[in-house]
Amino acid sequence: MNAAGDGRAGSRAAPDQRAAALLLAVDPVGLGGAVLRAAPGPGRDGWLALLRAALPAPGAWRRMPASVPDSRLLGGLDLAATLAAGRPVAERGLLAEADGGVLLLAMAERVAPGTAARIVAVMDAREVTLERDGLARRLPARFGLVALDEGIEDEGVAEALRDRLAFHVAPAAPDASAAPPDIAAARARLHAVVVPHDVTRALCSAAAALGIASLRAPMLAQRAAVAAAALAGRDSVIAEDAALAARLVLAPRATCLPEAEAAPSPDQGDAQEAPRGEGSDAPLEDHVLDAVRAVLPEGLLAGLGAGLRDAARRGAADGRASARHTTPLRGRPAGTRQGELRAGARLALVETLRVAAPWQRLRRRDVGPRLVVKREDIRLRRFESPQETTAIFLVDASGSAAMHRLAEAKGAVELLLADCYVRRDRVALIGFRGRGADILLPPTASLVRAKRSLAELPGGGGTPLAAGLDAARGMADSCRRAGRAPLLVLLTDGRANVARDGTGGRAQAEADALDAAKPLRLAAVPALLIDTAPRPLPFAKDLAAAMGARYLPLPMADAARLSGAVRDAAA
Amino acid sequence: MDSLPGDHGRGGGATPVSRRARAPRAAPGARAPYPFAAIVAQEEMLRALLIAAVDGSIGGVLVLGDRGTGKSTAVRALAALLPPMRAVEGCRFGCDPGDAAALCEACRGRGRRRAVEAPVPVVDLPLGATEDRVAGALDIERALAEGVKAFEPGLLARAHRGFLYIDEVNLLEDHLVDLLLDVAASGENLVEREGISIRHPARFVLVGSGNPEEGELRPQLLDRFGLCVEVRTPTDLPTRIEVIRRRDAYERDHAGFCAAWEKEQARLRRRILAARARIAGVEVPDAALERAAQLCMALGTDGLRGELTLIRAARAHAALEGRERVGDAELRAVASPALRHRLRRNPLDETSSSARVARAVGELFGP
Repeated sequence: MNAAGDGRAGSRAAPDQRAAALLLAVDPVGLGGAVLRAAPGPGRDGWLALLRAALPAPGAWRRMPASVPDSRLLGGLDLAATLAAGRPVAERGLLAEADGGVLLLAMAERVAPGTAARIVAVMDAREVTLERDGLARRLPARFGLVALDEGIEDEGVAEALRDRLAFHVAPAAPDASAAPPDIAAARARLHAVVVPHDVTRALCSAAAALGIASLRAPMLAQRAAVAAAALAGRDSVIAEDAALAARLVLAPRATCLPEAEAAPSPDQGDAQEAPRGEGSDAPLEDHVLDAVRAVLPEGLLAGLGAGLRDAARRGAADGRASARHTTPLRGRPAGTRQGELRAGARLALVETLRVAAPWQRLRRRDVGPRLVVKREDIRLRRFESPQETTAIFLVDASGSAAMHRLAEAKGAVELLLADCYVRRDRVALIGFRGRGADILLPPTASLVRAKRSLAELPGGGGTPLAAGLDAARGMADSCRRAGRAPLLVLLTDGRANVARDGTGGRAQAEADALDAAKPLRLAAVPALLIDTAPRPLPFAKDLAAAMGARYLPLPMADAARLSGAVRDAAA
Repeated sequence: MDSLPGDHGRGGGATPVSRRARAPRAAPGARAPYPFAAIVAQEEMLRALLIAAVDGSIGGVLVLGDRGTGKSTAVRALAALLPPMRAVEGCRFGCDPGDAAALCEACRGRGRRRAVEAPVPVVDLPLGATEDRVAGALDIERALAEGVKAFEPGLLARAHRGFLYIDEVNLLEDHLVDLLLDVAASGENLVEREGISIRHPARFVLVGSGNPEEGELRPQLLDRFGLCVEVRTPTDLPTRIEVIRRRDAYERDHAGFCAAWEKEQARLRRRILAARARIAGVEVPDAALERAAQLCMALGTDGLRGELTLIRAARAHAALEGRERVGDAELRAVASPALRHRLRRNPLDETSSSARVARAVGELFGP
């Protein structure tokens, strides 16, 4: 999606990256901050060093891990100090500690939605509203946030955060050559900078032309333009500032290419372009993989994954197959809560003692000098287990598909399998041909097995699409029962010609297929239909709609080379 | 008022209630909220909030929608807009001196209740708040320093007679949702802690906002909201430019911007007061009741709550618009927010709830 686009757009322009750091130093609070999309390394360190050097005054420079408990994030009761002092002493959280400086969010792509929501609430209010542990405080928290995004492929920073952070940069090489300009003077000038109306208009229309819905984007762009003018010692924003702001703020957020006349400044081309193959000297296998990759939009599985999570929540809310797995005993710690200590619950001992501690003086009146822990003090650990996904590949191995592009379809599946492996998903494989469907591979985490059974999948025979869909639904149901989230990937040319009862006939077969597709949508199984036909028929699209699937035609490539290469690769 | 260990609270209001300031002080340099009157577009959201300000019994407002559309700005702006209320002097819960039935225990025990003007509370329930601060608990300070059991009211007490706002309501922890549902249903909050038991009135307008992409709301909570509005990013350029301009002006000079809008704010405030005075006299003819029932039947909404909210909201809307009776126009204006979250989900129907309500309204009331 957008994430990889940032990288390419950013890596071209080292001066722009430098500008982003400097502008952020001028107005960290107003600009919100930046998403730094890069693996740890000299590029990222260089950018951060530049920012740090540019910041005037010794402001706070705090680093925050992605999974930070509320007590550390927002603050709470400092128990030791409280007991020592005999009065409640508040402990400031990281957000309040970062006031007046910069907060680095490490591994920002792993930040849970709840944590992201807490951070953005504080950024919006510019203060921490602390309502914890018997304390009610409001603490100033004006900071710039730098989200260190180490996500690979489709992982990325939570939208709520991305939306509020002005710059999205992928720093390439450190550029510490020139000394930073006078940031303090720029800050002093910031409030006096005038924004001509046509600049506001230009930024707004550029945002619209680039398909950016959120109003925060032009707002942040305008602030960036103001900071740029202040930095250059101007008291009015000029076109150059607006162009820089558009490149830095708007371009990485673009969702569509601007129409020829619309956008005034941003240079957008690269961000949208799909990666190409490396040329003819690269191994053919890579070339094939690249070619298939080019037609699978980036972030495809990620997008489906997001839909999947939504569907999971919906399922839970409706009381249907409870997809959200609230395991009390394992997963990632998600804070504590008050509750009864029963079988299956895990006591949070320290937290319980923390809760009990302030009341000891009171309780000792009744029972004498010993530690009194009451039932209402009991705190239990809460865990969130990331739900495991099972990707079910439903592959059309009929004669028509085999003739067309079964091999290429296999190649596509293999790519997706690799993706599943990266995401630690389980995979299952169902093939359908002739008169029915076969489960070739029950859900497994073994990619090798999946590859092997895929390679062994023979082709030929009719297309019993309905039978395939029925089998997929059965497997999806059993995945749900096992607490996993199913994800269905159907590869077919859509030429259904075998009905449910095994008889031939296109009309009945298509009707049956549509019929079999509906329950999948009712069950809200996230699905993707990859149309492998050389000339896609409207039926495949109808089928995708009936099963609530995303539809993706795989256009014709150099079929001979593709299939040959995939055969070699699979051998 | 001193503590009586072992006293069980009920009757006589013997449990001391902490008398620290009702709300924590704002951080120095905190900004005045963006003026409600200066919000650009988003008519449906503003109307719903005004309706809730006129008739608190509507049951709360849920604002769902895109990022960066000013959801939380609008709700936080309410605090500065709402006309002050009358409250019993010295009451921690801000009891209404005119409503004897809803008084807290302490006020009931009071011989003479002096009324003072107080601002209507708009209380933020931040994510990450702990249960003790939401429901109230013992005053930790007095427990430590004096060894005294005194009740420290929480956010629910602070929000009594006002608004309780939860941003990102779909991310609120389940145990807090349970607590809220319980209190919202009963209108009072019961806290049992360290052997004391406190019961105090907690009636508030629940306002939630969120982005549906972050997760869906539990149906029980969804049902509690009287009105549900959907906000979209404005798409026409002049509106978008105006939003940016005003926001920029506000960011540069909070005080000046607020002062410039104070006249408009005062006008809105008068409109709310006038509507409150008028609402009891707004006539709801049988024909309108019938229309509302037909609409709900056509949409197949669950239960009677939809109809009730529809009528109430239409009446408040009529009062705000200075009209004498509820007619088709008023029903039409509030049909979507009152009903869109009460439709049964039909997985085979792709159309959004809003579109379904609009279609039913069109079929019933004509284009």
